[in-house]
Amino acid sequence: MLLYALQRIGLSILILITSMVMLFTALKLIPGDPATIMLGSRASAEMRQRITEELGLNDPVLVQLGTFFGRILQGNIGTDLWSQRPVSQIVIENLPYTLLLIGVGLGWAALIGIPLGCYSAVRRNSLVDRITGIISVGTISIPSFVVAIYAILLFAIGLGWLPVIGAGDVGDYRDQAMHLILPGFALGLGWVGYLARIVRASMLEVMGENHIRTARAFGLSEYRIISSYALRIAILPTITLLAVAVGGLLSSAVFVEAIFARPGIGKLIVDAASMRNFPVVQGGVLTTVALFAMTMPIADLLVAWLDPRIRATL
Amino acid sequence: MTLASAQRSEPGRIAGLVRWARRDPMGAMGLALVLLVVFCGVFGPWITPFDPYKINVPDKFQAPSLVHWMGTDNLGRDIFSRIIVGSRIALSVGMSTIGMALAIGLMLGLAAGYGPRWLDNILMLIFDSIYSFPTVILGLTVATLLGASITTLMLVVVVIQTPAYARLTRTATLTIKSSEYILAIESLGASKLRIILLHLLPNVIGPLLIVASMDIPSVVALEAGLTYLGMGIPPPAASWGRTLQEGYGVIRVAPWIVVAGGIPLIITTLGFTFLGESLRDNLDPKLRRFL
Repeated sequence: MLLYALQRIGLSILILITSMVMLFTALKLIPGDPATIMLGSRASAEMRQRITEELGLNDPVLVQLGTFFGRILQGNIGTDLWSQRPVSQIVIENLPYTLLLIGVGLGWAALIGIPLGCYSAVRRNSLVDRITGIISVGTISIPSFVVAIYAILLFAIGLGWLPVIGAGDVGDYRDQAMHLILPGFALGLGWVGYLARIVRASMLEVMGENHIRTARAFGLSEYRIISSYALRIAILPTITLLAVAVGGLLSSAVFVEAIFARPGIGKLIVDAASMRNFPVVQGGVLTTVALFAMTMPIADLLVAWLDPRIRATL
Repeated sequence: MTLASAQRSEPGRIAGLVRWARRDPMGAMGLALVLLVVFCGVFGPWITPFDPYKINVPDKFQAPSLVHWMGTDNLGRDIFSRIIVGSRIALSVGMSTIGMALAIGLMLGLAAGYGPRWLDNILMLIFDSIYSFPTVILGLTVATLLGASITTLMLVVVVIQTPAYARLTRTATLTIKSSEYILAIESLGASKLRIILLHLLPNVIGPLLIVASMDIPSVVALEAGLTYLGMGIPPPAASWGRTLQEGYGVIRVAPWIVVAGGIPLIITTLGFTFLGESLRDNLDPKLRRFL
């Protein structure tokens, strides 16, 4: 188990390092002088000079790569070109908003989707099952930004029930919660159907297995069989899926934050990207990649720990 | 197919199509929606009621009417026409990028699956690393570096999609590689290139094409999304994402613009997804094992 954990974490670190090297290489591969690209062609020579030195662009490439990693290890991921504040500070200010949004989106998707999938599997071909099937295929594919805009149109502008812009007043929890409803809804909608589908498929598979038949033969109640013998196994693929979902949700969060003008990593990157403020983009991207790369081993280890069949082989 | 159904297939293709539509209404609806989008994509410029790029400021912000079915935007351009023309942009970006990603992914996947072990390890590490960038965020990074343009957008999609196809090709190659007939040709002295081109490729390409066709909606959505964020296709191109973005700014004045911008995206994603699901369910089980 320990060996597996170390291997899995090691792989993630390797992936993280490779993606950083790729990010670094991408910066080197772009044609033209990075300082000019960042500042635009109207920048003065001194400004260009300052940026070039600040970014260490005159050093040999390998030295630059070394400095790049050295800085990241020290928690220094650059300085905002405009405000001159450390990027890490800006990222830390914005990260909680994104994590909260993803938590709410994934949370309501799991709370509705998992029971729905479970029910669909147990009452197969019932009306609920069929409706769930159609709705899940339908909602999976509709882009979150379309959902977000339509939700704003209906609930905020049409009915006037909910606020649209921002994350609510600091300290006013009710206001902040009201500001979370629509973004969370838009972010999670596609995952409700997806989770329902995966749970349904994996429940159907488990329900056909021998140990369920044995449990039936022992005369256990159907409720007991489903809750303590079937769902416990059927939920495992969902955990892996939820981890993969974090990557997709980070992408969707970019749109949702931009549309609702909510602070967060996504909006930070979009705003910085439109001003070509590369250090901030890079810092935001590194954070999301690290977040995603760390979610995967946690999910894998959780599955290995929860599943006695896998645990035995390790 | 049983003998009875073989005999019944006489009445002709239309009857067969109707039967299929009854048995699989979702698939039929998917096909209809996809055909609608493809029709608009192919014949778009000839069937629009107005010139989608003609600016006519006096007619700005007109609500939907019999003349302008989906109203007009801030420059008085007919939105319905822009939506129709937008399908060509969406489909051409979607199909060309997926085609390129498919070609590159196929090559890399074959190399990883059939080539030396070290190459496999390096390629897999690179694929995993690309995979660890959330798609939109990777798109924003590239757009920051290269500037927003249609080339940047296509590059982003190719970079994002390639690892998926390469992985699939690799898995399929690994399965086929150890099969007896490949061992037999190898022992007869066939060259690696011959084995790859004549024996591996034809076996791998079928499931890959189906997966790729199911990716079209997500690529179309990515294009619209990045364009919405100002990082995709620059104006005045009538991309659906552009219509949404322009409409969102005036959502309280002219809500019909965002409604119109979202509809084609919903039609396209639903159509391709329903069709893809139906294709996969009706698929030859030999292909299905790779999916």
